[in-house]
Amino acid sequence: MDMPVPDARILARKDRIVARLRAVLPEDAVISAEEETRAYECDALSAYRCLPLAVVLPRSTAEVAAALKVCHDEGVPVVPRGSGTSLAGGAMPTEDSVVLGVARMNAVVQTDYENRFIQVQTGRTNLSVTGAVEAEGFFYAPDPSSQLACAIAGNIAMNSGGAHCLKYGVTTNNLLGVTLVKMDGEVVTIGGPWGEPAGLDLLGVICGSEGQLGVVTEAWLRILPKPEGARPVLMGFASNEVAGECVADIIRAGILPVAIEFMDRPCIRACEAFAHAGYPDCEALLIVEVEGSEAEIAEQLAAITAIARRHAPVALEEAQDEAHAKRIWLGRKSAFGAMGQINDYMCLDGTIPVSTLPMVLRRIGEISREFGLDVGNVFHAGDGNMHPLILYNANTPGDLERCEAMGAEILKLCVEVGGCLTGEHGVGIEKRDLMAVQYAPADLEAQMRVKDVFDPGWLLNPAKVFPLAASAGRRAG
Amino acid sequence: MRPASETDLVELLRGATQPFALRGGGTRGAVLAGAGLDCSGIVGVRLYEPAALTLVVAAGTPLAEVEAVLAAERQRLGFEVPDLRAVLGRTGVSTIGGVFAENASGPRRLQLGACRDAALGLRFVDGTGAVVKNGGRVMKNVTGYDLVKLMAGSRGTLGVVTEIAFKVQALPETEATLVSDLPAAAGLAALRRALGSPYDISGAAYAAGQALVRVEGMAGSVAYRAAQLRALLGGDWALVEGAGSAAIWRDIRDLAPLVGRGEALWRIACVPSEALAVPAALEAAGVAHAAVFDWGGGLLWLTCAAGQGARIRAALAGRGEAARLKGAEDAPAFPPPAPGVAALQAGLKARFDPKGLFNPGGMV
Repeated sequence: MDMPVPDARILARKDRIVARLRAVLPEDAVISAEEETRAYECDALSAYRCLPLAVVLPRSTAEVAAALKVCHDEGVPVVPRGSGTSLAGGAMPTEDSVVLGVARMNAVVQTDYENRFIQVQTGRTNLSVTGAVEAEGFFYAPDPSSQLACAIAGNIAMNSGGAHCLKYGVTTNNLLGVTLVKMDGEVVTIGGPWGEPAGLDLLGVICGSEGQLGVVTEAWLRILPKPEGARPVLMGFASNEVAGECVADIIRAGILPVAIEFMDRPCIRACEAFAHAGYPDCEALLIVEVEGSEAEIAEQLAAITAIARRHAPVALEEAQDEAHAKRIWLGRKSAFGAMGQINDYMCLDGTIPVSTLPMVLRRIGEISREFGLDVGNVFHAGDGNMHPLILYNANTPGDLERCEAMGAEILKLCVEVGGCLTGEHGVGIEKRDLMAVQYAPADLEAQMRVKDVFDPGWLLNPAKVFPLAASAGRRAG
Repeated sequence: MRPASETDLVELLRGATQPFALRGGGTRGAVLAGAGLDCSGIVGVRLYEPAALTLVVAAGTPLAEVEAVLAAERQRLGFEVPDLRAVLGRTGVSTIGGVFAENASGPRRLQLGACRDAALGLRFVDGTGAVVKNGGRVMKNVTGYDLVKLMAGSRGTLGVVTEIAFKVQALPETEATLVSDLPAAAGLAALRRALGSPYDISGAAYAAGQALVRVEGMAGSVAYRAAQLRALLGGDWALVEGAGSAAIWRDIRDLAPLVGRGEALWRIACVPSEALAVPAALEAAGVAHAAVFDWGGGLLWLTCAAGQGARIRAALAGRGEAARLKGAEDAPAFPPPAPGVAALQAGLKARFDPKGLFNPGGMV
């Protein structure tokens, strides 16, 4: 992984930069000692690490603006950080950068049930947004797997999804407005409680811009009334093809479950050994969840199981009660942990057209044999968002590189069949150098122009998203 | 000018020095001065996979054709495109590109999102003649910046869209609408109450003295939710099912109650709890009007006499944003952008359309 050579002029000015930050921020909001900045050297893509110049942890939009003004003035790159759960290296620092973490900004600014929104500071974790409104019967829909830890700031930066976005959409579909601090310290309000502001849809392009356009300090989020109930059904099939056809038929029939999760044999076995969820021993497994009242759940499940039966399932298990439902989800939810028991793994995130599922799974099997690394597939089948988990051994020299090369091969395949490199994790540094596979130079140029407008000096998270060669003329240094 | 292919369009824009007024079918957007660039020549369904709920279509394709193709597979555009020809006094054939350029979305937006939420990817030609593609045709895609959203609703100010990929929706088994004759305050409160319930409302409007609440889905579920809503809301609610319900929402979507009611048509976005205060403030300011409330009160459509823009915006006093769709006026069609936003918009305009070719005098 190439990163730009750190700017020696910035490194040489470290003391002065830290002093200037201390002058505008409270004492405990600036960290520069190595033993303390160590905690910020990486995010969840922990194979890559780098100590930043300093870390600032502001408590308000005004403090964020003050810190950014100093960095802007000094020409220092800034790496915004939520909770540091990015799987793509979105929050990984460079040596010459200041990490700006919003974790201390976690307050609820306002809840409005009548108008169905909540306004929060973006350091607040995803799950605690729902936590703030569930007593009133509401929830915040996007539910990334890391929702216990991940911050709304990072959710907005990466446009995070989750298992239930088949019905409820991803972050961008549930975001009404933001308070954005630009690199030069200017505070801009975009959108607001009523959603559809006039003018260009700046909110739409800010969401998913990976911290490169500004630091989002507050957000208005749509909240929804909680459904009366939910229930999963588990289905086992004799092949990936048949499971894929079953998914297509469910969607085709006009039924919209809240989630359709898919696991292949290697993943089923690993999960079973790890979590003992009682999964059938078969080639492919689907978990389909529907929501509503008892009667509505029964009606939808009847239609879904009728479709499944046409595909000769080797197992068909409707959750009978709460405990049973939990057990059905248990294996799926422990999939990453189960694979982690076997070995180190790399989690991919490509999305493919649902119709190409069987073919892509077959090809992934071939690629796996070619590279000699095992892969388990667990993913959101309803929307084609794959999560192949490639197993490797970090202690074996060359294994990580082989794993990365194999991952790149699989992601290229995703693009080839009409899909994309990343469905919900983001580009960061992980997929940065593959961007040219999906986008032509003019496509990347158009995206970089947007950054030119928001951050003309290219100081915000500059070494991410775009291949370094493509952004070279724009980045400082 | 009516380019028949993206290649022709690129040729035209590379050499262009004079500005154009972009036009789809001329059925909904602002009519701007300048040489016309007719975008209805690039047509055709490029890809349709019903089992993946995906449609890729050339931007000039008539909306009616798109709807017919989808209907043949019992599917539709979920965002319920309004047909504003009658209320705007227009004729012509609406294009899917025009729908996208206006981010035109009807009553179901409150449940499924707007046109911008259904758009998965696009191709457009910028003001330098460069072809840009963004997004794709899959449901989840965070690869790079989301220019699809930026282009949706940009009203032809940043580029000429040539192709759009949409997520489509399967037709529900059935639908039903609860209808009650209520004064505005009680009717709007009922809408908010319904939207706070778990019954998955797909339409909540108040017009012509009636509150309207729609549910869609499988027959058993629709019957159940309608019954639960009746119990929750209390009072007297009639149940209109199937085609009758569809007709009610066609009228709301197309603003039938406002056809022929005034020289000017305004669209005001606010929070639903302010839906009553806004018209009251307008009355107090002397703006006589007729209104349709959609999105549970979060959107007010109103017709009134022309020339009252300044008065309308003053009366709103920060409670919402007003945009004008029809009527010669004293005030700009779009509300003034928030501080800081204007510079960002101007910056984007300058970079995507450096020669100033697209829609001068338009939104940006």
